[in-house]
Formats: sequence, C-alpha cells, structure tokens
Amino acid sequence: MEKKTALYDAHLRAKGKMVPFAGYLLPVSYEAGIAAEHMAVRTAAGLFDVSHMGEVLLSGSDAFANLQNLLTNNFSGMADGQIRYSPMCNTEGGTVDDLLVYRKDKNLYEIVLNAANREKDIAWIQKQLKGHFALTDISESTSQIAIQGPRSAEILAALADSPLSVKHYTFTENIGVAGARCLVSRTGYTGEDGFELYMENQSAPLVWDTLTAAGRNAGLLPCGLGARDTLRLEAAMPLYGHELDEDITPLEAGLGRFVRMDKDAFIGKEALLSAGIPRRGRIGLEILDRGIARAGDKVILDGREIGYVTSGTMAPYLGKAIAMALIESGGAADGDELGVDCRGRMLRARVTALPFYKAAKK
Amino acid sequence: MNVPGDLFYTATHEWVRFTDDGFALAGLTDHAQETLGDLAYINLSCAAGDTVTAAQAMGEVESIKAVTDINAPVSGTVAAVNEQTVEHPEQINADPYGAWLVKIGPYEPNPDLLDALAYELLIAQE
Repeated sequence: MEKKTALYDAHLRAKGKMVPFAGYLLPVSYEAGIAAEHMAVRTAAGLFDVSHMGEVLLSGSDAFANLQNLLTNNFSGMADGQIRYSPMCNTEGGTVDDLLVYRKDKNLYEIVLNAANREKDIAWIQKQLKGHFALTDISESTSQIAIQGPRSAEILAALADSPLSVKHYTFTENIGVAGARCLVSRTGYTGEDGFELYMENQSAPLVWDTLTAAGRNAGLLPCGLGARDTLRLEAAMPLYGHELDEDITPLEAGLGRFVRMDKDAFIGKEALLSAGIPRRGRIGLEILDRGIARAGDKVILDGREIGYVTSGTMAPYLGKAIAMALIESGGAADGDELGVDCRGRMLRARVTALPFYKAAKK
Repeated sequence: MNVPGDLFYTATHEWVRFTDDGFALAGLTDHAQETLGDLAYINLSCAAGDTVTAAQAMGEVESIKAVTDINAPVSGTVAAVNEQTVEHPEQINADPYGAWLVKIGPYEPNPDLLDALAYELLIAQE
C-alpha cells in the first residue's frame, strides 16, 4: 500500500493523475500535461511535491570523518550553509546512491537521499559508521517542495520573511514562508534556477497553496513526476536506477568531478583505481528518426551492440527526442551516427554533447 | 470523458466510425489520449492498399510517457491514411474524434466492437 504525502489532497484538488512511485502516491502530471508543465519551468516557474525524498541527519564529532569515508566527494573546506552533491559507492565501485549533503554545523549534516533507496542507504550507512555519531531518519516527518524556473526567486522572495540564499548549492535555515519555518536551499533537479523547501509535514499544505496562488500570475504551474523526468533529462542529470546503479560506477556515469581520488580513502576508491580507465561511458543521443528511444533499448554501431539506452524521452523544450546511453568507452564521438534498436525498429541517432539544455546565465 | 454515441470502440481504445459510403474511419479515443498524455509520434505500419486485421497492430503511438500499439478495429483494406494526423499527433490530444488515422474499406464486420455504453463501462473499470 503506497503512502500519501502531506500534499495528497492538494494534488487531487488540482486534478493530479496519481501514480505509485517509490512507495508513494504522487502526481505524474496535472491538467496542463507534461509538456506544458515542462515549459512552465523553462520559461516561468513550476512547483513540485518531492516529499518522497529521504532526509537523514548525521551528527557527532566523527560525522565529517564518516562522510569522507562513505562518499566519493570531498567535504573538507565546506562552510555552514553549503551543499555538496556526491555519489556513494559500494566496495566494488558501483553506486549505492547519489545524494546531497547539507552542512548545518561542523558536527551536523543533513543528507538527502533518493526515495527508492532510503532503506537500503540507511542500512548501508549504519553498517559503515564508526566512532562518535548519531544517524536520525527524519523523512517521515519532513515534507519537501521544489519551486523551479527563472521566476521562482521573485515568487518565493515575495513570500519569505528573510533573504533567500543567493548562491547555487547554498541554503538558509529558518525562513518563514506562509507561517512555516523552512530550510530553503538554492538547488533543484531541472537545470533551472530554483529552490527546495524543507518543512514539517503539517506546514506543507499551506506553503503549497500559498506558492500556487502567489505564482499564478507569473505563470507558475504545479508539475508532476513526468515533467520532473523530462526536465532532468534535458539537463542531463543522472537518475538513480537509470544512469546509476549498483553495477555502474560514478566514473562510467560521467560524474568524475564528484569522485575525489585525491582523498586519502573512501569506500570504493581501491576498486575504482584498480579498474583503471572506465570501460563504459555515458553519452547523449539525439534521435534523428521518428521515434523515442527508451531505457533498455540497445545501441548499435556497425551491426554490433555497444551499449544500451539508460533514459529517453521527447524533450518538450528542445522539441526533439533525446536519450542518454551507456556505451563502450571510445565507442563513439560527438557527431557520430549510431543506431538504437527501438522494439525491433532501428532508429538513427547522433551522439550529442551533454547537457542537451543549459539555462542562460543571468 | 467524451464517448460519442454514434461511434464504436475496441477494448484497446480505438474508435471506429462507419460512413454512409462504406468505409470505416479509425482513430484513438479521448480516454487513450488522456491516458497517454502529450502525443509525440504516430508510426503507422500500413499504407493505402495494405490489408489490416482486426485486433492486430497497424502502427504505434508514442507519447512522452509511453509507447503503445494502434490496433485495427476491423479487418479490411486500407483506403487512405490521414497524413495530417500522422504529422501532427497533437491533433489527437485536441480533437480525438476528428483526427482520424486510417480509412478502411472494404471491411469485414467485427462482432467484438463495443458500443458507446459498453466502452464507457470498460473505461470506468480501469
């Protein structure tokens, strides 16, 4: 039986098409539809219920040392209020999850996990932790709302009782929005400027309704999981279970800049070092024929299978079908033409640099 | 959900209109377009002169969310394909019962077709 987020009733009122996802009932889209919701985020603003995400607090005098060991990124030199993205590897170098680390204090970090991996992650982290620490899962009591798009800052700033974070990947605690105390970070999963608001469950419905009403004139739409996926795909952001999994290393997934081999040690480092140059790599594809490549479709070069599609969609802003694929290293370069076996139909595809879409700098 | 009373339906969400001059026009129902969402591509595997068989695929429809077969509602000979709809599948989202896809004729009667009431009952159960 799927759980409901604190915003379930708000989704029904907005005629959200509810689907089970990662153990929750969430809207795949609302009345406007995926394409219109996607365009709202690219041109104005969109509002997302991402309460299914997991949040855990890691505290204690050994919290930092444990993060350095558990995660591939480097957390030294981080100030309070900063956020870093990191893969978390298993001992083979495969990926347990990819997550965000918020530094609240030198001995207190909030870690935001993928919903579908929450229990697995917590069990894994618990097993690895050493020394003085406490790990607290606050997922069940925490709601998360994302407001994304070029107009999100003006909409949110007008409602907030104190200034919002200016820099990408920073956060401010205790910002009042619609009477709720929120942690507000300048982060997101759409390739646009935007914010993620964390709050107690009971505050979420009023925050949601207030943002929806305040943003209406600016063109804000509530957005479902469908647009969340097409937006992150245009921005070439990895999705766990597609571009990353227990058998895909972050180096293969093209996340090398978040894997700090210069750190003394971290789980997976030895396996990644001994594997040497990754045997596979993530590429972008633009589909040239009429069709949409989907996850699992085979990538073919000169009659030989060289990899598979990890995600694919019709990209509403770009107006063309795009896909990401994991292929043999050196198998193809930007501009090369490949084939994708799409349910028995061979589609022509061109290798394209990632990301497919990048927001204009302001 | 719009289910016009003068049309017939398949359990796989195609509609068919029998015209006075002996043809069967086929398209995708309002329920189909609503479920699929924004349509991206129509790929028909049949052209004028080809034979199609009731309840067998005569093409595919792709939306952002999913891909699904388009089945022939009756057996017969393809008289025409509506290139307008094929080139602009979003017309099915806007006007599912106007944007026909395939014109079939001569055709054979298909006893498995549903009338509007039966089709409404079917989609109510989904």
